Amino acid sequence: MSDFRVQHASWSSRIGTTIVVLAFVAFAAAPWWADRANLRLLSEIFAYVALASLWNLLAGYAGLVSVGQQAYVGLGAYVLFGLAMLAGVHPLAAIPLAGIAAAIVALPVAALIFRLRGHYFAIGTWVVAEVFRLLAAQTTALDGGSGTSLPAAVVVSIASSRQMREFTIYWIALAQVAVVLFAIVWLLRSRYGLALTAIRDNELGARSNGVDVARIKYCVYVAVAFGTAMVGALIFLQKIRISPDTAFSVNDWTAFVIFITVIGGIGRIEGPIIGTVIFFLLRQTLADLGAIYLLILGVVAIAVMLKAPKGLWGLIADRYGWQVFPLERRLVINKR
Amino acid sequence: MAGLDPAIHVLLRMQGVRRGCRHKAGHDRVLEPMSAILTLEKISKRFGAIVVADDIDLTLLRGEALGIIGPNGAGKTTLFGIVTGTVPPDGGRVVFKGHDITRMKPEHRCRMGLARSFQIPQPFDGMTVFENLVVAAAFGGGRSERDVYAGCAGLLERCGLADKANRRAGSLTLLDRKRLELARALATGPRVLLLDEVAGGLVEHETAALVDLINDVRATGVTIVWIEHVVHALIAVVDRLVVLHGGALIAEGEPAEVLRRPQVNEIYMGIEERRMGADA
Repeated sequence: MSDFRVQHASWSSRIGTTIVVLAFVAFAAAPWWADRANLRLLSEIFAYVALASLWNLLAGYAGLVSVGQQAYVGLGAYVLFGLAMLAGVHPLAAIPLAGIAAAIVALPVAALIFRLRGHYFAIGTWVVAEVFRLLAAQTTALDGGSGTSLPAAVVVSIASSRQMREFTIYWIALAQVAVVLFAIVWLLRSRYGLALTAIRDNELGARSNGVDVARIKYCVYVAVAFGTAMVGALIFLQKIRISPDTAFSVNDWTAFVIFITVIGGIGRIEGPIIGTVIFFLLRQTLADLGAIYLLILGVVAIAVMLKAPKGLWGLIADRYGWQVFPLERRLVINKR
Repeated sequence: MAGLDPAIHVLLRMQGVRRGCRHKAGHDRVLEPMSAILTLEKISKRFGAIVVADDIDLTLLRGEALGIIGPNGAGKTTLFGIVTGTVPPDGGRVVFKGHDITRMKPEHRCRMGLARSFQIPQPFDGMTVFENLVVAAAFGGGRSERDVYAGCAGLLERCGLADKANRRAGSLTLLDRKRLELARALATGPRVLLLDEVAGGLVEHETAALVDLINDVRATGVTIVWIEHVVHALIAVVDRLVVLHGGALIAEGEPAEVLRRPQVNEIYMGIEERRMGADA
């Protein structure tokens, strides 16, 4: 037997990782080169990359096609508002607490909806999100269905000047997306990444090879709820205002997220990033067209699904074998 | 755990620890002769009106190689499904290494040392051939990822896949997919290996190589159950043959002797002749 080694990086991942690191540095410096509107736009883009990456982990890898992730966006946001307004917790400290609360809620929710399979699971997740929305609408302490705004005292506690508040929230949004992407790369590089990728490709094969599919799905569901809620909490901290309909919007937090993931490339870590870029390019150029904009989104989604069912990155990766992050396990045999 | 024959207890624990499997509490530990590794007791299964397993009793001895033949639809693959846990039986028990595993999940059975190759290969299409094996070895074998790299690299060579290690499994030809299917089953480090028509579609020298490989595996102490229509390959390996027909075992014994029985000839050999005609 000859010598061998297993390498993760390839020339494409070296280029890709370099670009990602440079982009991170450039974005971290954005308060010095971008205006207020662009900073807000960038934080929104970061939030969508994070949400779509988390949904991709859930649906693309673990095969859990949830259409109810708005449940955790809204839950995280409401926990933040509740802690900040009713318990006097510092709003930035409330972000991780919102994630923990969502993970705790996700434990019994997962136990319940995991009894459903396939389409029924998808519908079940939506029902759960609707139940959360109705509960939020019944929460009189946060002004029920009409929603509420963060009091000035809470807002000022983030930072005293308006500019510093905006910078702080922007940097947290950037940190969130960086942590989400890093965590997913780390997960996929680990033993559990192997299992998740195997589940993505063939659940029966994975089970027959000793992968505890049910347990891994459960863990992924709870971890994704944790991340999604923290992203949701920050989104609404930036908006300052919350209502059940905006916080639990299936359109904003699930439909667009699925669009992004599917056109970018489901089941690939690069997919949600590419998808978000395309989504925002379309939105920024076409948003003035009103309803026609949504029609165009639909046409783009259908065209991509027909022409590139694995999404745009799927097309590229299949053709050129590129990877942005060093994920593959390449066996290199050194013949002696 | 207490109250068991200490020798069996120690043996099962050793295997459990080495293979990294976790025996679930509450599974009945059944005492049986040391020589039996897998026992089917009164297994029954029907799909609607079709009986695919009709009170099947079958005992597999440690280290033996058992062949299963029978016409299409006889219930051969379903029997593998019942043994590995992908098909729940309507009645009866499956006992593996002294444990009642009838209700155990497939992944736990795999970790206990029960591996299967599917008739229709079930590879991880988006992963490379090497990664496919790493999954099987790391999870089925209950070992850390780095520890299995060397074994997987060696297995690729043994199964004739070394030059395709970094190819995506989805891009393989059917023959290579079958090789990968077998390699993945072996990577889990099985005590009992269930092979479902691995020789179908192979040409003569490939079949010979396959027979050598399976005999090698067997020489390491792995118990083998092989469903195969290519009877000449099968009888080059197995030392016992059972014939399944309509969900029932209609013949069992020494391979050459079983194949000579008129009843077996009647229901089975027609298929074999047709196959050989198609291969030629």
